[in-house]
Amino acid sequence: MPNRTIRVWRGNQEGGKFEEYTVEVGEGVVVLDVIHLAQAEHANDLAVRWNCKAGKCGSCSMEINGKPKLGCMTRVSDYGPDEVITVQPMKTFPVIKDLVTDVSWNYRQNERIKPFTPRPRDADGQWRMTTEDVERVQEFRKCIECFLCQNTCHVLRDHDKRDQFVGPRFMIRLAQLDMHPLDVEDRIPAAKEEYGTGYCNITRCCTEVCPEHINITDNGIIPMKERVVDRYYDPIAMIARKLFGGK
Amino acid sequence: MAANPTGVGGHENGWAKTFRTDNWWVGPAVTFAGLSAWLLYYFWAAWTDANYAAGPYMSPFYPFYLHHAPEGGHAAFFGMLPGWWPALISPALVAGFAPGAFRITCYYYRKAYYRAFFGTPPGCAVGARPQDYRGETFLLVFQNLHRYALYGALLLLPYLYYEAAMGFFHEGEFGVGLGSIIMVMNCVFLSFYTLGCHAWRHLVGGQLNCFSCGAVPRLRYGAWQGVTKLNENHMRWAWTSLIWIAFTDLYIRLVAMGVITDPNTWGGF
Repeated sequence: MPNRTIRVWRGNQEGGKFEEYTVEVGEGVVVLDVIHLAQAEHANDLAVRWNCKAGKCGSCSMEINGKPKLGCMTRVSDYGPDEVITVQPMKTFPVIKDLVTDVSWNYRQNERIKPFTPRPRDADGQWRMTTEDVERVQEFRKCIECFLCQNTCHVLRDHDKRDQFVGPRFMIRLAQLDMHPLDVEDRIPAAKEEYGTGYCNITRCCTEVCPEHINITDNGIIPMKERVVDRYYDPIAMIARKLFGGK
Repeated sequence: MAANPTGVGGHENGWAKTFRTDNWWVGPAVTFAGLSAWLLYYFWAAWTDANYAAGPYMSPFYPFYLHHAPEGGHAAFFGMLPGWWPALISPALVAGFAPGAFRITCYYYRKAYYRAFFGTPPGCAVGARPQDYRGETFLLVFQNLHRYALYGALLLLPYLYYEAAMGFFHEGEFGVGLGSIIMVMNCVFLSFYTLGCHAWRHLVGGQLNCFSCGAVPRLRYGAWQGVTKLNENHMRWAWTSLIWIAFTDLYIRLVAMGVITDPNTWGGF
């Protein structure tokens, strides 16, 4: 079996360095497999978060040759046979140890968003929704919370605007709630003032790295930005609301 | 405060810093070169204020409603520009304001030029240009008026179709030329781009939460689905229409200059 060399950043908040490990790999292995082999054969204390190995738990987010990816969904054969694969923890979140980062900031953003608030049930005690009304928000439910989009978003990654912008993952959470046919909560003022729709400049990196191929930008963030425009920037829409009512 | 002290995680901070080993810079470089070349051609073509008409063909840079009527062509809809109008601002530059505003505020082009021209960021997981980033909340807040630029672009589309239709009538005689076909294709590509706009998608139905609540919302749902189909290829139509409009101008310009001959059923102009 051929050898593969992997270069892994090892360390914690105090500092660290890249270390190289060479392991024998079989066919069809993914980067997470190589990390596990390195862990088993060379570095028992190498820290990596993982769980399902099927691209559904969102645990093994990391940066592989500089690109935010899931370790379990990135084939080693995607790289040249002699290419050293460099693996780093996600840049946007504090490193705990080696490849493991503290992503708890994301959970705090989720807590800030007003939860699902359905209208009262129909007279017969049911809630009814038609397929066309709910199919749009189903896409957002595919999110596995790997936070690769949050990691890649330059507003958080490079400009560190955590206090102003909740990030793409929570923009689609907002969109999922705001577009829901049963939900009656008005989140648009908070979307503009607290969650920072205006901070996204549509450079689409969140969409490019999403392992679930959710069209975060076109179907989530831009529609939310347009809803904010309806409320705050479009004079015709504002006059129409004054005349005919509505939010 | 950054998530990690400098060096932790092995990442580097700063303009275009990255560990990416792929050719991430090709996309923004091609975008920069393509948009720059297009702008140079457009401003040159607009400032020349000549060779924009050949037989029944009119350059889309010089819409019929705002210029002097070409010899043998159809009359200007709004007549000539007033005499005091500065020569530097040609009719083509005036006519280009609405479509220009539409493209500048377009959600696709925003991605393109923020990456290629402003480096915010130049690529995904590639260091953004250091700055006091305020997104589209401060100077760029005008981007929120994209839908008004859309209204302008929508108003222009019928004019372009009219011009394309006039391209089939030379001195009152119906006929077909390669230029007629190029002009029609220009209208089609511009329609696909304009009608796939994100703001349009929102206005025709995306702003609703209940598509099934009555006949009008159901109709809007159908429209939203149609616009969504075009919107999925918005980048493709943005580039196709951009290149084709310049090609249409170039073709008519070369015919007008006598460099090439337009094959047509009129037997020449």
